[in-house]
Amino acid sequence: MSGKPKLHYFNGRGRMETIRWLLAAAGVEVCLCGSLLFQQVPMVEIDGMKMVQSRAIANYIAAKYNLCGKDLKERALIDMYVEGMADLNELIMSHTFQPAEKKEQHFATIVDRATNRYFPVFEKVLKDHGQDFLVGNQFSRADVQLLETILAAEECKPDILAKFPLLQSFKARTSNIPTIKKFLQPGSQRKPRLQEKDVKRVMEIFH
Amino acid sequence: GGSLLFQQVPMVEIDGMKMVQTRAILSYIAAKYNLYGKDLKERALIDMYVGGTEDLMGFILFFPFLSAEDKEKQRATIIQKATSRYFPVYEKVLKDHGQSFLVGNKFSWADVHLLEAILMVEEKKSDVLSGFPQLQAFKARISSIPTIKKFLEPGSQRKPVPDDKYVETVRRVLRMYFDIKAN
Repeated sequence: MSGKPKLHYFNGRGRMETIRWLLAAAGVEVCLCGSLLFQQVPMVEIDGMKMVQSRAIANYIAAKYNLCGKDLKERALIDMYVEGMADLNELIMSHTFQPAEKKEQHFATIVDRATNRYFPVFEKVLKDHGQDFLVGNQFSRADVQLLETILAAEECKPDILAKFPLLQSFKARTSNIPTIKKFLQPGSQRKPRLQEKDVKRVMEIFH
Repeated sequence: GGSLLFQQVPMVEIDGMKMVQTRAILSYIAAKYNLYGKDLKERALIDMYVGGTEDLMGFILFFPFLSAEDKEKQRATIIQKATSRYFPVYEKVLKDHGQSFLVGNKFSWADVHLLEAILMVEEKKSDVLSGFPQLQAFKARISSIPTIKKFLEPGSQRKPVPDDKYVETVRRVLRMYFDIKAN
């Protein structure tokens, strides 16, 4: 059972967006026919499997399309970076769901974590080895994840990369990779940020 | 300072690396010691199963930090999720293929993780496996694997159920003085 992977999720970012990024980065076309069938989980039909668990799905895609580094140690580094960024990404994504009275504090937390905990790490990684990609001088899922996270953070605060010159050039460089560039253009599988007006509907799906 | 990449624990020093992020650490160990299946598809299955048991254990992780009242509510939630959402999946996997291990007829990380989850839920309700004969047999079988058996004996690296002292220590070290509410 080959053919294009089928993504089952609601029409928003949520836990499927990272998977959309990875498939796009690997140049994999998806079937535009998925729908929300299986409760509230992301589900991807791929290579004869009905996969759930967004991490499992992302791991499978990354390994299949050689975006995991060349050996166990590179994979370990990539995993560490990806998991760290996923934490930040999750924090950013949860902002829309914060009650009104907590939004300002939450925003401050996002900016603090991004600029004091996470971005300095990746700025340093790039500075120390001076290479174009985070791990092993080769494009990997860590680079895709970092770009996804940077863009999400910039949606919160457009000048959030002000103190991170290497991340700025990383962003420009990675955005220009043909598969990524295509994904960033209108008409791609990429989903827009969840709007306030849609929060209620999404909460109903998930609760 | 500087040993903790994202200023967080767990951190494991292994093979010249200071690894953080639980999932990254677990994946590395599983792959290194051949507990991650023989190919991408087995790995995918293992990842899916581990994701499920991780979600289940996630309900138990912050249990020690809840108020007494919330603990009662959460205990009920844990039992309900375990018996209606998670355990049936693994019961069916074992029933369908009739093999001793979850994936590829070979001991893997998924088996270890499931045993850990079962034992943790049993700490909340000792007869929670009563409707799951496959899981009962699985538990007995995996517990008697020599390395696992040794780990389950006193004197091993295994940590006991969290008590008030543990809670106090964690709160102090992580400066976690806020209240945690149940799901």
